[in-house]
Amino acid sequence: MQVDTALGKDLVGLEPLSAAQIRAILDTAEPFKEISERAIKKVPVLRGKTIVNLFFEPSTRTRISFEFAEKRLSADTVNISAVGSSVAKGETLVDTARNLEAMKIDMVVIRHGSSGAARFLADRIESNVINAGDGRHEHPTQALLDMLTIRDHLGRLEGVRVCIVGDILHSRVARSNIWGLTKMGAEVAVCGPRTLMPPYVTELGVQQFSRIEEAIEWADVLNVLRLQLERMQAGYVPSLREYNRFFGVTRARLLRAPRPLLILHPGPMNRGVEIDSDVADGPHSVILDQVTNGIAVRMAVLYLLAGGAPERAEAAKSAPEAV
Amino acid sequence: MTPRPLLLRGGRVVDPSQGIDDVLDVLLVDGTVARLGRGLEAPEHAEVRNVSGLVVCPGLIDLHVHLREPGGERKETIESGARAAAAGGFTAVCAMPNTDPPVDDPAAVGFVRAQGMRAGYARVYPVAAVSVGQRGERLAAIGEMVDAGAVAISDDGRPVSDAGLMRLALEYAQTFGIPVANHCEELSLSRGGSMNEGLVSTRLGLQGIPNAAEDVMIARDLLLAELTGGRLHIQHVSTRRGVEMIRAAKERGVPVTAEVTPHHLTLTDEAVDGYRTEAKVNPPLRTAEDVAALREGLADGTLDVLATDHAPHHYDEKEQAFDDAPFGMVGLETALGIALTELVRTGVLTLSQLVDRMSCGPARAFRLPGGTLAVGSPADVTVIDLDAEWIVDPDKFLSKSRNTPFAGWKLVGQAALTIVGGRVVWDREVGPR
Amino acid sequence: MTDQNRRLLLDERAVERTLARMAREIVERAGSIESLVLLGIQRRGVQLTERLAAEIERAEGVRPASGTLDITLYRDDLMAIGPRPVVGETRLPSGGIDGRVVVIVDDVCYTGRTARAALDELADFGRPARIYLCVLVDRGGRELPIQPDIVGLTVETTAGQRVDVLVPELDGRLAVELVSPAREVE
Repeated sequence: MQVDTALGKDLVGLEPLSAAQIRAILDTAEPFKEISERAIKKVPVLRGKTIVNLFFEPSTRTRISFEFAEKRLSADTVNISAVGSSVAKGETLVDTARNLEAMKIDMVVIRHGSSGAARFLADRIESNVINAGDGRHEHPTQALLDMLTIRDHLGRLEGVRVCIVGDILHSRVARSNIWGLTKMGAEVAVCGPRTLMPPYVTELGVQQFSRIEEAIEWADVLNVLRLQLERMQAGYVPSLREYNRFFGVTRARLLRAPRPLLILHPGPMNRGVEIDSDVADGPHSVILDQVTNGIAVRMAVLYLLAGGAPERAEAAKSAPEAV
Repeated sequence: MTPRPLLLRGGRVVDPSQGIDDVLDVLLVDGTVARLGRGLEAPEHAEVRNVSGLVVCPGLIDLHVHLREPGGERKETIESGARAAAAGGFTAVCAMPNTDPPVDDPAAVGFVRAQGMRAGYARVYPVAAVSVGQRGERLAAIGEMVDAGAVAISDDGRPVSDAGLMRLALEYAQTFGIPVANHCEELSLSRGGSMNEGLVSTRLGLQGIPNAAEDVMIARDLLLAELTGGRLHIQHVSTRRGVEMIRAAKERGVPVTAEVTPHHLTLTDEAVDGYRTEAKVNPPLRTAEDVAALREGLADGTLDVLATDHAPHHYDEKEQAFDDAPFGMVGLETALGIALTELVRTGVLTLSQLVDRMSCGPARAFRLPGGTLAVGSPADVTVIDLDAEWIVDPDKFLSKSRNTPFAGWKLVGQAALTIVGGRVVWDREVGPR
Repeated sequence: MTDQNRRLLLDERAVERTLARMAREIVERAGSIESLVLLGIQRRGVQLTERLAAEIERAEGVRPASGTLDITLYRDDLMAIGPRPVVGETRLPSGGIDGRVVVIVDDVCYTGRTARAALDELADFGRPARIYLCVLVDRGGRELPIQPDIVGLTVETTAGQRVDVLVPELDGRLAVELVSPAREVE
């Protein structure tokens, strides 16, 4: 059985994908989970392929997750950490693209501080480009693993009520989740301080709650975003304590929920700020499952993209699902 | 060296300053308009050009260009900019002072003026800085700079953020009879922004610049102009509230003029989709409602002037992630074509109104010579072919830079001849002189 | 209008009889049921494994351990084929395969590449004491030096033909058919 849901050359975000393509990635991730449980955690799928992890922003967990995914598919990986002066940031991107092209790298996983950077790179090189987070724009593999985790625990995505809590304005995780979940038929809401909410967000097809209590009353799932310290320093919220008091996901609040909630967090957590420890370590938290699923989802994405071509993605988006 | 007399025969003369729209001959002698009439005889040694089927109007004047010299010669020089202006049908441009170093003293003003004269294409009128170094702290030597040839003052690039300083500028400039041109942007509302704040910015994950960032300062400046009686010129208006406020202020008799760019009249923030840096401009491209209000404002005269805000940038600089690319697009060589195609052909403006907004209006706003074909006025004339069909090809630009979102657009209408001081500085049959 | 000729090689009864005989052969080779592991190759090998396991249970009173093997990721032509094939489930029985007698079960053996991929995959899971290859139909046409140990039916085929093993769970009935291209119509 083959379903042509080809992704094309790159995974830049979830906004351009169809529900069928997203479903194919999630379904493909299932068998890849099993590989991580074997004694020999390797399959020869990407043997001989070179993958560069090009990280312009510091990141431990995402990079390691990708690295494991790549190595478990037998690819050769190279890590380039281009975290440095922002002055060089702009020039470096174009020149980096050209250098990678000249070295004939098969795939590039890029994380960059500017929205649009992944698309910028993808348009300039022939290698497959996977967006590991560009500015505030998208972080597709994170949203995919979030959706996989929700699907694992609740059996479906359609009709599931997911509320994303926190700094939506600056969050690429939020945006990718909004695109992915709405396409898969989930009901999506956002909740956070107004200063951290993007304008016109409801026009993306989501509800907006101003109070965390309303969100908890409504949701089946909470995806809790990290509040970065810089936001407080930039004045968006007066203090972390105030944020926790009015928007923190605490055990007391969850106890008042009408139904058991699934708790997700992309990590790393600010314990005591957006989420309390007893919630993060509690029975409804699936945060560790997210980490496991992260590797499987990334393996699935690498598998599906390798050797892909953009024309097939276009055809796949409009073709009816074959059985 | 004075040029030969030049007789333009048989063109349709459109001169709103004299209420003329008629087929007439135009005779230019010794750098001034000598006669308008039917069946004029060519004097001895005169050059005669047959311009029947074409429009003859007072030379177009662009009140807002960035020529990048001194300091940014890689992107544009006064010469290349003046030449590009001539190719676009402009007989004069006003060069903004945000160069490196900025034009904030009479020597710099003199330099810009001399470079323009040496180039010998469109006239280059220097606009001088409001504040020393354009730092917004204290007034620059405005009187001396006007003496050296400055026609207005502006800290463009930036706004004059301090209301107290803006008040001083509006008051002081009156002594020298020049306007204060302000780039209205409340920086604390626009900080970090790279495009219009709206649904598109949310989708793309880019920090937005809300309309309010501009409106807040337009409101402030209109009130200060009212308070001081100083001449205010609001640059590149991009918002509907901005138009409303300017209209109301004019009705109250506030001495304000306002300009709008061709791109703000034709594009919305959707043009940025796909992170296209050619569409990254400040103030940003806004929404359809804003575009509609700007068109109405230009038609009813609330917005007096069409100006390009020609902002050349080298290809390398625009080839970056969106956040990192500089703001701005070139405009000298596309303005007339865009205006004729998107505003006149569509009925937003009559041809006469367009000539007014691109020639008479600018001359009035900055009290520049020109903007009219009245006998005795400078022989600055633009001859327009209304029917010429052409496609915007940045590689053919005379400007050193190519950053425009209009690449590939099919336009109808372009300058056939540009005449400055009675001399042809652009002839599209021949190319640059 | 069909452009193919289908010829029935084994009907339902014949398949059942063949499977029963194959089950007995498996037991003979393995020696003990406890050390036996049947692994069905996705997809139809899985259904055949179910039936073989049931047969063995009927005959011996003990059901052998069984599991499924998806060899997609080990295919030697993975990057060359078009859209990425869907990867099915690989599930080994508890206790693994180390030191046990593994019987790989597939519907048809043709080029031998599927079996090679299965052997590569098993090597990543552990080290069986012995591996047998068991197929319902051997249609010849080997491209690798691989031979099945237990065979239900041997049939000579040409490159243009295909052998279809049909199972009720996926195809609605139990049968083996030979599919040939239609002759040119005059």
